[in-house]
Amino acid sequence: MSDRAFLSLENLTLSYGNSIAVDKFNLDIRKGELVAFLGPSGCGKTTTMRSIAGLLTPTAGRITLDGTDITRVSANKRNVGLVFQSYALFPHLTVYENVAFGLRLKRMSDADIDARVTAGIKSVGLSALSGRKPTELSGGQQQRVALARSMVMEPKVLLLDEPLSNLDARLRVEMRAELQRVQKETGVTMIFVTHDQAEALSLADRIVVMREGLIEQVGTPEEIYNNPASSFVADFVGFENVFALRGGKLATPGGAVALAEALPGDAAGLAWRPSGVALETGPFKGTVKSVSFTGNLREYLLETPLGPITAEVGAALPVHALGAELAFDLPLKAAAPLQRFA
Amino acid sequence: MNRTLSTLILAALLVFLIGPFLIIVGASLSAGDTLAFPPQGLSLKWIAKVFTVESFRDSFIMSMILAVGGTFVALLLGVPAAYALSRYKLPFGEIVNTIVTLPIIVPGIIVGLALLRYLVVPFSFSIGVALFLAHTALVLPYTVRVVSSSFNNLRSDMEEAAVLLGATRLGAFFKVVLPNIQSGILAAFILGFVTSFNQVPVSLFLSGPGVRTLPIDMLSYMETTYDPSVAALSALLALMSIGIVFLAERFLGFSRYV
Ligand SMILES: Nc1ncnc2c1ncn2[C@@H]1O[C@H](COP(=O)(O)OP(=O)(O)OP(=O)(O)O)[C@@H](O)[C@H]1O
Ligand SMILES: [Mg+2]
Repeated sequence: MSDRAFLSLENLTLSYGNSIAVDKFNLDIRKGELVAFLGPSGCGKTTTMRSIAGLLTPTAGRITLDGTDITRVSANKRNVGLVFQSYALFPHLTVYENVAFGLRLKRMSDADIDARVTAGIKSVGLSALSGRKPTELSGGQQQRVALARSMVMEPKVLLLDEPLSNLDARLRVEMRAELQRVQKETGVTMIFVTHDQAEALSLADRIVVMREGLIEQVGTPEEIYNNPASSFVADFVGFENVFALRGGKLATPGGAVALAEALPGDAAGLAWRPSGVALETGPFKGTVKSVSFTGNLREYLLETPLGPITAEVGAALPVHALGAELAFDLPLKAAAPLQRFA
Repeated sequence: MNRTLSTLILAALLVFLIGPFLIIVGASLSAGDTLAFPPQGLSLKWIAKVFTVESFRDSFIMSMILAVGGTFVALLLGVPAAYALSRYKLPFGEIVNTIVTLPIIVPGIIVGLALLRYLVVPFSFSIGVALFLAHTALVLPYTVRVVSSSFNNLRSDMEEAAVLLGATRLGAFFKVVLPNIQSGILAAFILGFVTSFNQVPVSLFLSGPGVRTLPIDMLSYMETTYDPSVAALSALLALMSIGIVFLAERFLGFSRYV
């Protein structure tokens, strides 16, 4: 565990029966950091979260929080907050009582409780609704109550499991800003789970990309977006044209292909975003299979000897018809080298 | 044509469901001395007589004790059982689930005979205790089933939220789970109460001097006396049931549970 680690997961392993959901997970998180777990469905994001919260007991490994080993500490003594995807509000209690729930268990004085609950409800903008029951609130409002309910406990770590997935697009952006504001104001260490790369890129200080219970890459949004470590991460952050490198050549369905420029020797693969593919010039040829208009850009799917290639150009440029033959190039300067393939 | 048919079926259904009740009420208002429908003249004298028959009063109290007490004990056992069955993957959970529903299939007359033959006779259990045990056991499956459905409708993440806010598992159960299944428990109580109160076959075997439930008492009363007071008592009991179910539906939406 490094000096600066506030929450540290060492070799964390969890299995359900014979199947391993999280495999030797190692991660150090600094105090006040906002970390996103990003990965496809079933990769173990929720499982990891629930074990940090203490709702699941790890099969092996260690969890250290603020200098204390909490691997065997029961969930109600960890002071870890969790905002559930379903919000999990208490339907029989008002907004006020939901937020006060944890404080009442602490045997605090009524005046202290009232001060903290009132401030907590105010900070998520729900003062006018504090007498309502959860069923009388919209999804976004319920989400805010869940957030306030966890935050008034002043948790050491706040975990959020897909906090925005039940909200519509506009509310999602609004709640993103809200989460960021709460995090900046309180300085709470936050981990949130998402399978939306845009959400992870825009919110997180650091992103952990997960795949089948393993960490695929850890890095800042810029690192993940620009320098994906593996073909999996590349694919996940929008590099649609991914090739393995063998003997200094691209491995393609049509055989090994050499590029004009000399290839980096140490990379296991190369990946291009659709915007990195140069159209109408270059040594390769492809047939237009489909064209889609996405606003500023037009995306072409080409059938080529290198396999399917996705390219993107400004929508203002003249349109190529279906079936047209197009020249294209894969310029090395637009490629992201991959350390691992598959 | 289709409409006429469905109206006809509905009418037939109502006649079969409500007809007996109307006949009982009619017979109980009779001024004559024998159980008869249509009534011979109108009077309230048989209804008044119900309250003067001492055995009716005693057996009514007995039935009430069994129905209220037995259902209460069944709930004490059934609520935790239902909770465990719905929340945990128990090693024999499926089997327990099946066993719990079995008595609903096994005829009560066999249950009664078995209890008499293997509990009361060999261990000289008092009939009262055996009767209480029998009613508790009979009602238990209903409470487990009705309360289970409440638990299954209640998401388990609510309890986890409570635990993460500092509650113990037990605390979470009392503070978060129980308040949200109150109406399910009340529904189970009413169903259990009615089941126990109307129970005949089991009680038939388990009755003795001074220990007799109301339905059994009514049967034996009718063997000796054929006056309309049994009809009057039945009408009063039916009214009581209707009242309970009406209140339950009004305040709980009882029909959701049964
Ligand atoms: N209670 C369980 N019993 C058995 N296997 C489980 C259980 N919960 C999860 N799993 C398995 O563990 C793996 C990881 O599940 P987890 O819920 O952590 O995924 P996730 O990344 O949160 O996915 P999602 O994005 O769909 O929520 C999956 O393969 C899943 O099938
Ligand atoms: Mg999940």
